[in-house]
Amino acid sequence: MSEAQIPLLDMYRTMLTIRRFEERCNYLFMQGRIPSTLHLYIGQEAVAVGVCAHLRRDDYVVSTHRPHGHAIAKGVSLRSIMAELHAKATGCCKGKGGSMHVGDMSVGMLPAIAIVGANIPIAAGLALAAKRLGTDRVAVAFFGDGAANEGAFHEGLNMAAIWNLPVVYVCENNLYGASTHYSKVFKIANIADRAQAYGMPGVVVDGMDVEAVYQVAGEAITRARRGEGPTLVECKTYRLVGHSRSDPRTYRSKEEEAEWQARDPIPNTARRLQALGLANEELLASIEREVEAAIDDAVAFAENSPLPEPTDTLKHVFYEA
Amino acid sequence: MALMTIAEALRQAIREEMRRDPRVFCIGEDIGIPGGWGGAFTVTLGLADEFGHERILDTPISELGFTGIAVGAAIGGLRPIVDVQYGDFLFLAMDQLVNEAAKMTYMSGGTVKVPLVMRAPVGATRRGAQHAQSLEAFFTHVPGLKVIAPSTAYDAKGLLKSAIRDDNPVIVFEHKLLYGSKGPRKEQGAISAVGEVPDEEYLIPLGKGVIRREGRDVTIVGKLLTVYRALEAAERLAKEGIESEVIDPRTLVPLDKELILESVRKTGRLVIVEEDNLTGGWASDIAAIVAEEAFYWLDAPIKRVSAPDTPPPFAPVMEDYYVPSVERVVEAVKSLF
Ligand SMILES: Cc1ncc(C[n+]2csc(CCOP(=O)(O)OP(=O)(O)O)c2C)c(N)n1
Ligand SMILES: [Mg+2]
Repeated sequence: MSEAQIPLLDMYRTMLTIRRFEERCNYLFMQGRIPSTLHLYIGQEAVAVGVCAHLRRDDYVVSTHRPHGHAIAKGVSLRSIMAELHAKATGCCKGKGGSMHVGDMSVGMLPAIAIVGANIPIAAGLALAAKRLGTDRVAVAFFGDGAANEGAFHEGLNMAAIWNLPVVYVCENNLYGASTHYSKVFKIANIADRAQAYGMPGVVVDGMDVEAVYQVAGEAITRARRGEGPTLVECKTYRLVGHSRSDPRTYRSKEEEAEWQARDPIPNTARRLQALGLANEELLASIEREVEAAIDDAVAFAENSPLPEPTDTLKHVFYEA
Repeated sequence: MALMTIAEALRQAIREEMRRDPRVFCIGEDIGIPGGWGGAFTVTLGLADEFGHERILDTPISELGFTGIAVGAAIGGLRPIVDVQYGDFLFLAMDQLVNEAAKMTYMSGGTVKVPLVMRAPVGATRRGAQHAQSLEAFFTHVPGLKVIAPSTAYDAKGLLKSAIRDDNPVIVFEHKLLYGSKGPRKEQGAISAVGEVPDEEYLIPLGKGVIRREGRDVTIVGKLLTVYRALEAAERLAKEGIESEVIDPRTLVPLDKELILESVRKTGRLVIVEEDNLTGGWASDIAAIVAEEAFYWLDAPIKRVSAPDTPPPFAPVMEDYYVPSVERVVEAVKSLF
């Protein structure tokens, strides 16, 4: 794929949107204007964006407890995510879900699943339905390194493989499951190596490099769409922030954090755009302003939205057409 | 005497039992990571410093797997204390708990024992549907499992120690708002369950409930957080001349049935308060027992105050509606007069 074919500027804009959106969320959370807890995606934006850049609106994404980035990349509106985080009736889950369950099926994003690993077989099931119904939709499951040690990972990948399902498994190896370092819970260097055991391709990619992710994800998604079966893509990445709310991150070193900070995909992609002549300072500044404006709009929408009624608790237990 | 939170009391119980019996060990996610949190709610904080990482065993995120490991280790002669970060994740370990741990003694004709403790935080705390459930009834339903639900620091320590020494699988439900966890793991809306804990060793036998407040007009049975809701309701009702007797069974299996029946025989009225959903809940079971065994002492219908039959909602306004409030308890009691 030539550089010209990579929608780098668009991907930069989406990565920046995710970053600024979450920075704002964190600020609002600290101010007590967003309740609950937040699992921020800061540092991992290149993964969601590089993958979702290939997806159609009718393709599926199934995410985790850390879903904001996937939701934005898949096209869930900023307003509806921000309103959900504010626990408002206009949120994408009407205030029923919260941060860990954002999603919107009208753009192909299932409300995220906060049970680690549980989305893996579900993605295979969505892919099974897509295939059986004669569509060429694909399903993508995003999950962490930690999830790869759940039984659901093994069972889900095996069935995806034996039935040749149009699913792409994107493992975001950010080196930690909560406070637990990768090396404590894996005897292998790459999670992608497990793919071989199920009979599907396993690919390792630099998850801090949006172009590399775009490239690898493109191949996997094309394979899936052509009916050639699933792929396990392992993206080596890092969350540049704590696991959730006020995690003091005392289980990892400042040196390690600094090393990964230098690989932050946002400034690196900005530099790359300039080097390629695809953007100059001015353009970058105007993107920054547009992104800020979109987030201001989302926050204003959320703040001006009504709270759910307490008795709304009783609605939506069963589906009604 | 020392003042302790429930998190500290549980930690103290684990520490003493691990010192006393080298077979006791802890297993679970993020429980002993250096620089970590000591489990999701600080209960195992610092224990690895004393006991090392073989006995404070950090696992992959593999609930079914490590519960199975614990079942095997228990059968093989160790005494595991298993930690799931949120009770909701017990569903991932359900097969090992329900089909294996609970039935092994029975299937073996009483020849095999499974001395395992499973610790599980419950309760809605602004985290949405998959980090909030109260799961007690799922487990009280399973023969072969003992179930405890301590609501004070004193009980937490004494009951956990008994659970660890018990030769059967025991599930310990701990309420997130009662832990008194400090620092970054502090919970919003937490109730201070700081209480006095004796310096000398003590055990609380499983199956013995307590009367938290005496009264002649109505019996209110609660567990975990709802014990506190019941006590606050009793305070308010007293101002209106209604004297409530508040009972905390502390152990759900085996249940101190007689304590509840005796109280109802005295008061003639019963309200059961729990955070679980209404249908098929633990409260239904208490109601059934009293209806069967103390029907003629009742002066009014039995009332259940529980969460509605919905998943726990995320938005605070809805969560506050979902979790039984003091007002709802007061109303339920008043409706009986
Ligand atoms: C089944 C299950 N077990 C435990 C948890 C608690 N928990 C939430 S996130 C997390 C770590 C997940 O690690 P990983 O899969 O690597 O994702 P990351 O947080 O790094 O994005 C844990 C243990 C959970 N939500 N679900
Ligand atoms: Mg991880």
